[in-house]
Amino acid sequence: MYAQMVKSEGSSGEETPEEREFQDRIDRGEKIEPKEWMPAGYRKTLIRQISQHAHSEIVGQLPEGNWITRAPTLERKQILLAKVQDEAGHGLYLYSAAETLGISRDEMYEQLHSGKAKYSSIFNYPTLTWADMGAVGWLVDGAAIMNQVPLQRTSYGPYSRAMIRICKEESFHQRQGYHIMMKMARGTEAQREMAQDALNRFWYPALMMFGPSDANSVHSEQSMAWKIKINTNDELRQRFVNETVPQAEFLGLEVPDPDLAWNEEKGGYDFSQPDWDEFFEVLKGNGPCNKERLGARVKAWEDGAWFRDGLTAYAEKASARRAASATAAE
Amino acid sequence: MSKEWPLWEIFIRSQNGLNHRHVGSLHAPDAETAILNARDVYTRRKEGVSIWVVKAVDITASQPSLKGPIFDPAEDKVYRHPTFYDIPDDVEHM
Repeated sequence: MYAQMVKSEGSSGEETPEEREFQDRIDRGEKIEPKEWMPAGYRKTLIRQISQHAHSEIVGQLPEGNWITRAPTLERKQILLAKVQDEAGHGLYLYSAAETLGISRDEMYEQLHSGKAKYSSIFNYPTLTWADMGAVGWLVDGAAIMNQVPLQRTSYGPYSRAMIRICKEESFHQRQGYHIMMKMARGTEAQREMAQDALNRFWYPALMMFGPSDANSVHSEQSMAWKIKINTNDELRQRFVNETVPQAEFLGLEVPDPDLAWNEEKGGYDFSQPDWDEFFEVLKGNGPCNKERLGARVKAWEDGAWFRDGLTAYAEKASARRAASATAAE
Repeated sequence: MSKEWPLWEIFIRSQNGLNHRHVGSLHAPDAETAILNARDVYTRRKEGVSIWVVKAVDITASQPSLKGPIFDPAEDKVYRHPTFYDIPDDVEHM
């Protein structure tokens, strides 16, 4: 869900014996490990999905990085720094999982920087007030967890292990966000309004994170058979709404949806869909912050080039020196 | 375009008394920097007391396709396990 609308590459034509055996292994609950045989489509879809997820973690640092220098207390600043550092770590776990499938790190960066690869739509929205740090942790990380917990059982070993590490760390992110919301919702009237405003702005973008309905999508079916997608987008979105609405009520805040109502029969809430036209516009690059986010990412990469090159030159020199002194000692 | 840093496999000992265990990989220009980066990427919550880094290209792995020939021969050697031997209950300390 940090990976949205990942196209699945099913095989064309008849199933080969290798493909059958591969599917049987997945059905038995076996994990697939890097150098083992896998259908080309499985590899391609996974690279796309894992790298998109990694890009989201990396770009996801930017909306929060915005508030590190403006955190209201030293403690909040330390917490936010730790959270943003975690996002960097999560990106790195995922990039190395994707690399086991045969794509290089630089290739993935190139795809992100050129706009060929996507990242989650959510990070193209601005973070305007401190309450947004609360809403992001609570809703955005909350929605991410909803998707990542089942993905711990995904069929690809390195991906599964990365998700397990990430889930262990992610719970802190959501709780610190909710903690900020509690403080603000119970603070002064101005603070409460800020909290409500943050919820108003992030509610629908958070619902979009799960992607459009994929109930009848062929891509989705193939990915589910391969166990690289565990639930449908609608299932996860429903689960998210069911869990989040009572949390908003606890805060005394109102979910910005006049049609929100408990549906006894289905045992969940009825709720309004987000504006899917807006979603597709954001994915196309026309969201409020697309240019700024990608621009900041590309600038960081380019501005750091001299430093990366310097470290490479130093490593080569040191290695040559070691080789020379080893020869001299002989 | 700059050269991509080599890939390092990272092994962490979570506490004394346990083996180092593979936790993932990362890119770094040299071994020293790989250790520094591994600290930040893999031990932010005190997950380790010791780090090993090994260049990924220096690892030789067995072929997954040879899994059968390599590992199956152990399958029919049940006599390597203590439970293979039926010893009466009266015999103690065995």
